[in-house]
Amino acid sequence: MKKIIVALTFLVLPTLSLASGGEGYPLERAPIDPHNKASLQNGAKLFVNYCMGCHSLEHQRYNRMARDFGLTDDQVKDNLIFTGAKVGELMKNAMPKSDAKRWFGVMPPDLTLIARSRGIDYLYTYLQTFYLDSTRPFGVNNAVFPNAGMPHVLWELQGWQKPIYETHKGPDGHETKVLKEFELVQPGSMSPPEFKEAMTDLVNFLSYAGEPIQLTRQRVGIWVVLFLAFASFVFYLLKKEYWKDVH
Amino acid sequence: MANTQGTTGLVGWIDERFPLTKSIREHLTEYYAPKNFNFWYFFGSLALLVLVNQILTGIWLTMSYKPSAADAFASVEYIMRDVDWGWLIRYMHSTGASAFFIMVYLHMYRALIYGSYKKPRELIWIFGVLIFVCLMAEAFMGYLLPWGQMSYWGAQVIINLFSALPVVGPDLSVWIRGDYVVSDATLNRFFSLHVIAVPLVLLGLVVAHILALHEVGSNNPDGVEIKKLKDDKGIPLDGIPFHPYYTVKDLVGVMVFLLFFSVVIFFMPEMGGYFLEHPNFDPADPLKTPPHIAPVWYFTPFYAILRAVPSFAGTQVWGVLAMGAAIVLLFFLPWLDRSPVKSIRYRGFAFKLVLGAFVISFLVLGYLGALPTTPARTSLAQICSVIYFAFFFVLPILPAIEKTKPVPERVTWK
Repeated sequence: MKKIIVALTFLVLPTLSLASGGEGYPLERAPIDPHNKASLQNGAKLFVNYCMGCHSLEHQRYNRMARDFGLTDDQVKDNLIFTGAKVGELMKNAMPKSDAKRWFGVMPPDLTLIARSRGIDYLYTYLQTFYLDSTRPFGVNNAVFPNAGMPHVLWELQGWQKPIYETHKGPDGHETKVLKEFELVQPGSMSPPEFKEAMTDLVNFLSYAGEPIQLTRQRVGIWVVLFLAFASFVFYLLKKEYWKDVH
Repeated sequence: MANTQGTTGLVGWIDERFPLTKSIREHLTEYYAPKNFNFWYFFGSLALLVLVNQILTGIWLTMSYKPSAADAFASVEYIMRDVDWGWLIRYMHSTGASAFFIMVYLHMYRALIYGSYKKPRELIWIFGVLIFVCLMAEAFMGYLLPWGQMSYWGAQVIINLFSALPVVGPDLSVWIRGDYVVSDATLNRFFSLHVIAVPLVLLGLVVAHILALHEVGSNNPDGVEIKKLKDDKGIPLDGIPFHPYYTVKDLVGVMVFLLFFSVVIFFMPEMGGYFLEHPNFDPADPLKTPPHIAPVWYFTPFYAILRAVPSFAGTQVWGVLAMGAAIVLLFFLPWLDRSPVKSIRYRGFAFKLVLGAFVISFLVLGYLGALPTTPARTSLAQICSVIYFAFFFVLPILPAIEKTKPVPERVTWK
């Protein structure tokens, strides 16, 4: 038994989370529910309306999304395709690369896998922490991605907020300004709780797009694991039977 | 025409022309393995299982993967989304890579605690270390193929190490890449090496490893040579036929392994960013260096050694040499460990202490290699590197101070 514990420790050790905590703005946990189809549909709607002008989902197919969200191809065609694409196509956009580079300084990245590379909490916090900053080209800055090249696309919904800083005094008497929270100076069309919920839906959608198979994977996985647990037991009994005569 | 195996019919016909029954007897039904194998003896057969998994899933991945800088990243997502069960095949392959290293590290640890590398098993060990080296090459080149940010920059950093070598370095690194930076040419050649060249060598080495093992017979947790005591039929008293005894036992190991393997594949395929690193979901961008470049977890102990060695006399080459030495020294283990006692069960406290320090230093190095450096972490990595190397230099002088226990004649059940 002792040896098994040692072995398991050996197995687990290299995989323990070693993330060194960043000093940046704290990330808020995204309360998404990948089973909630209404939330996913709303997220898709927000994405095609507000994000897709600049950001593509070039590995995601419209009809795959339709199937996974319980929509018909026609519903997707009528409500979610604004680019003239066919329903079996990938969710690309029409913004020319060279223009994008001139307008924003960088090419707006494809967002298919953004939830897997940055994490959902990052996206959830990022989307909610645009604040007024007159030193930036688009008049806004972001708490988790300082000096982001992106304008506050969702201002219509969220409104404008200004930053509130907290002054920290270090042991050497040196004072640093730390971003603490935000104050809404001009409300948008949504109330703050409504906006939070909308962002949950949007992040839910991006999390889906990162790995459309994730729910199937877990559903299949339960049966595979149950089968293997049963098989392990049966093979253990077989082994015991064979080994009876070994002394 | 009669054959030496006494078989008739179709099998007899084959046996007259091909050593079918003979091979089955030599390697399975009449290969006598010690009866006291314990938990640590599962990992050899499991490593073989993972090798088969990697080859089979690799064949199917190759059917849809496109080895070009323009298409590679998208083709992996195509496999994940549009190929039927492609996601499963891909996760089996990516998880299999890490599982392979876990199995091999545990298998090597087993050899360390029971002295399985000692006479007459030196060649088994050498073939084994060669397999380990091939496996590292295989994993390194395979990791470039998804063409993500970490694929790209990891390869860039590691290939640049070669340019630190004096005189030939810069030309050598260009020769490896086929370009001045990691590019389409590099991806294409790594694909070729990953799917054909290295697996061929790997398979050949595995065959040599097993043939050498079956020539001298397996060691065991007591480090007793079971061939010394045989019954009147010439069968070792403590030996049992590999088949069926160890085939049924290994099947239990296989099922339990697959259980853990499936939990990762189906519920945590990224393993918190250690089996699939998060930045690798961003496509490779030669103009954007990630803030922190970390190799995959199975390389981190050696990467930590590399970073721990300071540059000296105006060159970084010492770190590269130390990293190389950390692996090359393993080959000499059978001659460095001079104790006549094989198993840790009968070795003295001194050996347990030295081995414990070695294992802990290796784990700590693995931990540190995954993190960005700080002065404190570098100091710790330096201490652990010294312990790692000290192991190899203390081993030869250890018998002088080590009090070993008497080794029994026969194997025991513990």
